[in-house]
Amino acid sequence: MAILEKHKFLETNATALLVGAFLVVTVGGIVEIAPLFYLENTIEKVEGVRPYTPLELTGRDIYIREGCYVCHSQMIRPMRDEVERYGHYSLAAESMYDHPFQWGSKRTGPDLARVGGRYSNEWHVDHLTDPQSVVPESVMPKYGFLANRMIEPTYIEDRLSTDALVGVPYTSEMIELAKADFAAQADPNSDYEGMQERYPGANVANFDNRAGISEMDALIAYLQVLGTMVDFSTFENDPNR
Amino acid sequence: MSKKPTTTKTQVETTGHSWDGIEEYNNPLPRWWLWTFYLTIIWGLIYTILYPAWPLVHSATQGLWGGNPRIAVEAEIQRFDDANAAIEAKLVDTDLTAIAADGELLDFATNAGGAVFKTWCAQCHGAGAAGAKGYPNLVDNDWLWGGSIEDIHTTIQHGIRNAEDADARYSEMPKFGADELLEPAQIDQVVQYVRQISGQEHDAGLASEGAVVFADNCSACHMEDGTGDRAQGAPNLTDAIWLYGGDVAALTETVTNARFGVMPAWSDRLSEADIRAVATWVHSRGGGE
Repeated sequence: MAILEKHKFLETNATALLVGAFLVVTVGGIVEIAPLFYLENTIEKVEGVRPYTPLELTGRDIYIREGCYVCHSQMIRPMRDEVERYGHYSLAAESMYDHPFQWGSKRTGPDLARVGGRYSNEWHVDHLTDPQSVVPESVMPKYGFLANRMIEPTYIEDRLSTDALVGVPYTSEMIELAKADFAAQADPNSDYEGMQERYPGANVANFDNRAGISEMDALIAYLQVLGTMVDFSTFENDPNR
Repeated sequence: MSKKPTTTKTQVETTGHSWDGIEEYNNPLPRWWLWTFYLTIIWGLIYTILYPAWPLVHSATQGLWGGNPRIAVEAEIQRFDDANAAIEAKLVDTDLTAIAADGELLDFATNAGGAVFKTWCAQCHGAGAAGAKGYPNLVDNDWLWGGSIEDIHTTIQHGIRNAEDADARYSEMPKFGADELLEPAQIDQVVQYVRQISGQEHDAGLASEGAVVFADNCSACHMEDGTGDRAQGAPNLTDAIWLYGGDVAALTETVTNARFGVMPAWSDRLSEADIRAVATWVHSRGGGE
């Protein structure tokens, strides 16, 4: 057949094969990825999803650094057993400001998409310090050292600006006040009202119950906001999704 | 060295490629493989028609059999809720103390309650409800706020010392050391006294002075004999069952900085039927009164 003869040309010319393979992958990418940026039903419209506070964002970076995603997913699938156990199935909108998202598919530990507010800060401290003290059957490693690692928000403005660059709606005010907001969230005695106006529903607490702002504070602040932003009483499922 | 017999020249045609005299056979692919390959391509096309696939201008094609997992899961949950609706209504309407008398209801409540416990309670109280340091054991006979099914039900509904429920059970032990209500020496004495009344090794001299400190500062909540008061969630100190530890260091820490164990309120997260079910399950673990 004639087409097979032409195929031989590709097989015997490395450069032509490379160009051909590149074209095929490009078409695949255009068909599979590009539509997600313009299709109207990619991300549902919901109330309440806001960018992370500077402290939560720092905690998120610690979550990624420690590889929490290796054992914990952050996506509740629309299946009865998952919804009954973890809560409402995850929405695309809930991770639209995540760079990168933490959906995952590996669950050695439970899904964390809605862990926010499920446990007290004290429980998180106990559990991160010695997971087996509260869950004897757990295989999670100990993360007590996070409480001893104090953090300064040295680069937090740059961190927020970088997220703003890829579409997270941080305002210039948020970026300007990032250092102050970072400190305010971890101190219940501070003047944190402005921070809560910029980031509605942000938890204010001395998360690890120790002096100073440690990595433990930041990580718990992040865990406590997971899955709590959307008010599901206002959510209506769109049958076209 | 024996010489291996060379293969006789086969009749298979070659591709015509030749590298250093090595030629490449041009064997055809097995027919079954080739046809399976063609079938998968056809199946792929059919699949894109049956399920959501092709991106159009505003949305993607929904597919003939596409369905919607979000609607499907809601329907499935509804199906199970409907199936349990009658017995859940009965559970809510039945007096808490009468649940145990109804075999079918008790069966349902215990099983459902076990599932609720594993999902929402086991993280603190342990998979077997045996608790951990700072998180009470629910299988023993020692109760902080009462072990009757009504008491357990109230505790689950409103929680303990949380900020979210105005009806939460509440009490706060003073920080005797941190707030300088007692001298360090007095704390040492009262710790020894608590070790005495709980039947542990103690310094008799310090303990006898501690008895005075105890009577003046602690007996209002923990009672004169140290047996505690459930109305205030004040633990019984004489039973040698400890929530935070009964050694000298742990007791000193408790007296100095106090403890403030918090349990969330569940009435806005779990249905009344679920709360009653888990109360029944906890009550049935052996410690129920």
